[in-house]
Amino acid sequence: MNRKALIPLGIFAVLVVFLAIGLTRDPHEIPSPLIGKPAPAFTAPRLQNPQQQFSGKDMLGKVWLLNTWASWCVACRQEHPILMEFAKTKTIPVVGIDYKDKDTEGLKWLARYGDPYDLSITDQDGRIGIDFGVYGVPESFLIDKQGIIRYKQIGPVTQEALRDKILPLIRELQK
Amino acid sequence: MIPEIGHFSLILALFVALALGTLGVIGGQQGRADWMALARPGAQALWALAALSFCCLTYAFYTNDFSVSYVAQHSNSKLPDIYRIAGVWGGHEGSLLLWLVMLCSWMMAISLFSRQLPDVMVSRVLAVMGLVAVGFLLFMLITSNPFLRLSDIPPDGRDLNPLLQDPGLVFHPPMLYMGYVGMAVPFAFSIAALLNGRLDAAWARWTRPWATAAWICLTIGISMGSWWAYYELGWGGWWFWDPVENASFLPWLVGTALIHSLAVTEKRGLFRSWTIMLSIIGFSLSLLGTFLVRSGVLTSVHAFATDPKRGVFILLFLVVVVGGSLALFAARSGKVRAGGAFSLVSRETFLLINNVLLTTAAAAVLLGTLYPLIVDALNLGKLSVGPPYFNSVFAPLMLPVMFFMVLGSYARWKNDSLAELGKKLRPLAIVSVLLGCSAPLLAGPWSWLVALSLTLVFWIVLSSFQQIYRQLKDSVNWKAIPISYWGMHLAHIGIAVCVVGITMVKGYETEKDVRMGIGDTVEVAGYTFKLTGISEVAGPNYNADRGVVELIKNGKVLRTLEPEKRTYFSSTMPMTETAIDSNLVRDVYVALGERLQDGASPAWAMRVYHKPFVTWIWGGCLLMALGGAMAALDRRYRRKALASKALSQGVPA
Repeated sequence: MNRKALIPLGIFAVLVVFLAIGLTRDPHEIPSPLIGKPAPAFTAPRLQNPQQQFSGKDMLGKVWLLNTWASWCVACRQEHPILMEFAKTKTIPVVGIDYKDKDTEGLKWLARYGDPYDLSITDQDGRIGIDFGVYGVPESFLIDKQGIIRYKQIGPVTQEALRDKILPLIRELQK
Repeated sequence: MIPEIGHFSLILALFVALALGTLGVIGGQQGRADWMALARPGAQALWALAALSFCCLTYAFYTNDFSVSYVAQHSNSKLPDIYRIAGVWGGHEGSLLLWLVMLCSWMMAISLFSRQLPDVMVSRVLAVMGLVAVGFLLFMLITSNPFLRLSDIPPDGRDLNPLLQDPGLVFHPPMLYMGYVGMAVPFAFSIAALLNGRLDAAWARWTRPWATAAWICLTIGISMGSWWAYYELGWGGWWFWDPVENASFLPWLVGTALIHSLAVTEKRGLFRSWTIMLSIIGFSLSLLGTFLVRSGVLTSVHAFATDPKRGVFILLFLVVVVGGSLALFAARSGKVRAGGAFSLVSRETFLLINNVLLTTAAAAVLLGTLYPLIVDALNLGKLSVGPPYFNSVFAPLMLPVMFFMVLGSYARWKNDSLAELGKKLRPLAIVSVLLGCSAPLLAGPWSWLVALSLTLVFWIVLSSFQQIYRQLKDSVNWKAIPISYWGMHLAHIGIAVCVVGITMVKGYETEKDVRMGIGDTVEVAGYTFKLTGISEVAGPNYNADRGVVELIKNGKVLRTLEPEKRTYFSSTMPMTETAIDSNLVRDVYVALGERLQDGASPAWAMRVYHKPFVTWIWGGCLLMALGGAMAALDRRYRRKALASKALSQGVPA
């Protein structure tokens, strides 16, 4: 037996170890240390009306959804029709954070595809995103009446996530 | 009753496959002719059982038998007939059954078209494939039984995923699986050769047409998938480097290297370890793809409903099959290594270079696909690897492949002289550079990447024509030129055609996202699109908004395009049905987006694309497949069979 012929077997063994570890993880789940904690405080200008400031505190007493988006984000376009449908139901207010985006581009995007948000704020340098631990857009946070983050959706809000997780949680939080 | 018959025939198939596998391997080692003789009928019986099981599931779908859990999850009484049949492979369990049927069909084909092969070879090949079938049967019966019944029967099914309700579903998965599973054939031949300890030119000649056939199916399957994504997803993209796409692309890259390595093994008796290794890797990647898609370790748009139990099973199966064959390779490869010298400038060298490049490309794609998983396993965080990585790694590896391809087909076996090659190729190179650098000027802004790609395209096409011309001039009778020679050139030209498509789309496509009200127009690449109306239409299981868009050029209406936005009853997720006007040199593509609420008059978001030469991408793939078919049909693969038939008819051969 020649030694060199064992190399592929060795590589394969390493691969198997990684695949086995991978099996124990869920790639969709990024543990967020923020769940159960108060949402980071922020104040930022509104996208449509930059003279007006919006602060997370303004929403105390309401259950609301904070959704990060950007005009450059392809996955946001995938999520967009679902948010549009959701907004029509007027279940809870949806606030958008236009993350690391030019305001003009963001406004154009909303005009083109429709605006599911009760209001949007701008986060050009991504500061608010960093506070919220945003890895990539889109991400959404469900925040309760006391201003505590209850749920984090990584990636687009899907029909399933909305039906199975977000809506039941909203009903519970609104009690 | 019918679903139980299907279930029962799967259990029977498990025992037949077990017997086929063990008797074939042991019979081969002990030289028992009576056991080896069981291989062909055994494979045929296995095929019959798998096919019966498949028919039972199809019947359950056709008759809307929602007591079967799988049918209830993937069909609906309103689903059109054709999708009710294609729905059989619309989910995890059914597609596994399709996998099995394909595997058994390849075995059936081997049992029928293997008269020129020695019995011991046939029985070992079928035994190895039988053992693979055992793994898949166990997988299905333990974790993914498509025939499970529900105790309380739902009044109606949950419906097939709307994305899959498209003619693409009817053809794409069977073709792709045919190719995937087809990689099991060269794999089985290699394992049989390792068991035999004999690996010669005859072995390569037997294996070649099978490897080529699998490669053809894979080529067609992948290109159909790409075309499907292009018109169904509505984003105008035709390749996303999604993990599942990569899973099918990896065996293709390795398979391409394999069919060329086999050519060298057949003609010159060289690269034997390479050939064996490539066929093992090719099939391993098919299995790995299955693991990635079905275990949920990676996020993908295609992923099936996942279940950790399934992941564990496939991983174990992967360990047994791949680990076992690599161990066998390590133990036996010393015996199959063979000398045979070739000089630095020879066809062997160029084919070797390209094989290394193709394998490296496969490794790079594999790394990119698994990188998120590796990083996560090492607790370094979560990330995703996107098209920028793949594009920047893949193109620099493929462009040299296109360059060496021509040298490989020009150079003589064993030894050639660089000076002579240079003399032959210099005019060709000059003409290619001139044409390649000037062609982009006709298309639009000049860029060096487009110029480089097109230069290589001309390099391949012109060299093929030149070689064919020389061959015709030199040979007395053009009929004497083997058909595989034409096949090779056709496949190489196919690559060039495909690259034209990719280059032109990447370089010159235009895309516009616009807001349009009725009567509004938008102009893209010289075409004017006018939205003349939007109406509501009702389909069998959906409602849709249908836009009517006039396509206008130079003031003349060419045709109307009717993109749709569909809402299926079973899901509230809206689906885009694109409308495409396609011709040989460009596609124009309209997708209807959301209805926009703001403003007084109704308006819609629309996406309009102009994609020059995009159909060439898939056309090139078809040429490759056609060239492959011509190569696989070469007479020399059937020579012995023909000779024996001639003898039996009493005609002197």
